[in-house]
Amino acid sequence: MSTKEEQTLFDASEITVSMGPQHPSTHGVLQVKLKLDGERVIDAECVIGYLHRGVEKLGEAQTYGQFVPTLDRMDYIAAVSNCLGYCEAVEKLLNVTAPPRAQYIRVIMTELNRITSHLLWLGTHAIDLGAVTVFLYCFREREEILKIFENYCGARLTTHMFRIGGTQYEIYDGFQDQVRVFLKDFPKKVDEYETLLTENRIWIGRTRGVGVISAKDAIDMGLTGPSLRGSGVEWDIRKAKPYAAYSDFEFDIPVGEQSDTYDRYMVRLEEMRQSARIVSQAVEKIPDGPLMAKMSKIIKPPIGDIYHSIESPKGELGYYIVSDGSTQAYRTRVRPPSFVNLQSLKRMVAGHMVADVVAIIGTLDIVLGEIDR
Amino acid sequence: MDFAIDYILIPFIKIFIVFNVVAGVVALLTLAERKVAAWIQVRLGPMRVGPYGILQPLADGLKLMLKEDIVPAGADKWIFTLAPVISLVPAFIVFAVIPFGPADGFTILGHKISYFITDLNIGVLYVLSISSVGIIGIILGGWASNSKYPLLGALRSAAQMVSYEVALGFSIIGVLILAGSLSLVKIVEAQKAAGFWYVFLQPVGFILFFACGIAETNRAPFDLPEAESELVAGFHTEYSGFRFSLYFLAEYASMIVVSCMAVTLFWGGWLRPFPSVHNVVLDFLDAIPLAPLFWFAAKVVVFIYAYLWFRWTWPRYRYDQLMKVGWQWLLPLAMANVIVTAVLVLLLKG
Repeated sequence: MSTKEEQTLFDASEITVSMGPQHPSTHGVLQVKLKLDGERVIDAECVIGYLHRGVEKLGEAQTYGQFVPTLDRMDYIAAVSNCLGYCEAVEKLLNVTAPPRAQYIRVIMTELNRITSHLLWLGTHAIDLGAVTVFLYCFREREEILKIFENYCGARLTTHMFRIGGTQYEIYDGFQDQVRVFLKDFPKKVDEYETLLTENRIWIGRTRGVGVISAKDAIDMGLTGPSLRGSGVEWDIRKAKPYAAYSDFEFDIPVGEQSDTYDRYMVRLEEMRQSARIVSQAVEKIPDGPLMAKMSKIIKPPIGDIYHSIESPKGELGYYIVSDGSTQAYRTRVRPPSFVNLQSLKRMVAGHMVADVVAIIGTLDIVLGEIDR
Repeated sequence: MDFAIDYILIPFIKIFIVFNVVAGVVALLTLAERKVAAWIQVRLGPMRVGPYGILQPLADGLKLMLKEDIVPAGADKWIFTLAPVISLVPAFIVFAVIPFGPADGFTILGHKISYFITDLNIGVLYVLSISSVGIIGIILGGWASNSKYPLLGALRSAAQMVSYEVALGFSIIGVLILAGSLSLVKIVEAQKAAGFWYVFLQPVGFILFFACGIAETNRAPFDLPEAESELVAGFHTEYSGFRFSLYFLAEYASMIVVSCMAVTLFWGGWLRPFPSVHNVVLDFLDAIPLAPLFWFAAKVVVFIYAYLWFRWTWPRYRYDQLMKVGWQWLLPLAMANVIVTAVLVLLLKG
């Protein structure tokens, strides 16, 4: 018999739990190594890369046009935003502008996509905190938007909605009506989600004061999107550096006050309403005209580099493209919002309970396809 | 001969019937859970197996039987095997004292048959003590899995059991003071004598009892030991196949137990509405054969529905909030309820 006592789980003051990559609430293949003292989190370390597909490298091996569909696979929840950012970056490099009609279609589609992204976020966030039903309510509305996407371009998720220089497809007959019908009911549906959550004591208890990050810390961490606005910083690229046709529309930027999960929840809900507002303005005044800018069939940008960023549902989605004058980019670099936002996880979870880790991962609204690329 | 029939044969038949009915109801409950969830979530739910999916429990059971039975390499094999059984058995044993109807039931061939298996004079204590044993099964299961998520689930379960059982016990005392008996049958008879259900005298007691009951059965919003989104599946993460389903059966059986107890203690058990009022219509309700069983079942269904309704509507409490609710709200309220009841009873009777 050995004199050494066997080490058990109870002898150690802290245990290490590997949350993920196969875990129901890490929103994909994220692994979080948690050091726990009982239920309290001492430290959290994110392990990413399980979904790495070399998207940036693919951008250097394919022509500009070929690369666009690949981008849909990054943030697959908001494929339209990915597409828009890249197309606009290349257009800037080419020094062409998409015609107004295409710009309006782009805004409508991107904002509808923002709504689907936030709906999916709300549903999964609520599931993480145990409220399962909201998820299916959200999917009911999301389905309506996906139907519009399907009617427009045939795809629902990885849409490849736009082309460099404009859009390929003309809007279909009845498009405006379908969007109007959706917009008519949608604000009421958002109120419906609110009745289930906003004033629920348990929901407030689970989100108020959880994952607080001050405005200064948020800026230092490079947080963007609703996660930053939840901390009270009014920064939205749609307003700060308007792209597409955003300068034509009126909308507000909702901001939070207490920088916690609850505020970020309220910010995203309000953003859905604001997106609906933008779409309702845009759909009424789609200008006539061509869909594609006049440009050569073969895309060969001049030598140079460009950084262009847009406000994706998750935050600032930036593309940095270096062109060597050939048909393929010399270097493509993506600044994914989820990747940058995720680094604040460690700071946010310190001192919280295991259950809060799930809430905080949810509130950051990450997509692993975008983080790992 | 009569002795053998009265004390061996009839109880045996009753046990057989109760066991099978409860098992059947549990099976139906798994379907009800899915159907109610579906209706709440604007879906249809199971529709493929049988008309409107009513044979789904059979298909589920068969599937679980055929699943591979996995015992993790580091697990304590004996306890791992035993734990689901420890969880399931108490949930069924409790039904021995649940009064589904009055003592003077009906007569067959000169033998008087009551609507319950036995009337224990310490029925309430028996139910409380036996149903606590079920949670030991959960703790042991989490422990024996030798895995971290189940362990966390088991620890949560232990803490939850300690916090909520106390408040649960206190919430019942008000009823016991009013009824002056621990026998479940006597409690219902006392409600009949009083003329109304005790929920009208003990509303706080009832709310506390039901809240604690939900926590006792590990159901949402107190389903922390399972907490799918945090602990994967909590204490039964490592369980598969039929052992997993034993845990589920235990959970559903405990739900029925808590509902039965709530009905018996607070909602007049087998009594019809307005038990003291007599007129043609209400008396006619009593004349229906098996009326007590009908009223009992109807009330239980309401509570089961409430269980499902809560689960699919509310988010989940966090561990520390659960403790806070238990110790800072439910327990003091339950104690205050006992004191107020006792003082009022003394004043009014004295």
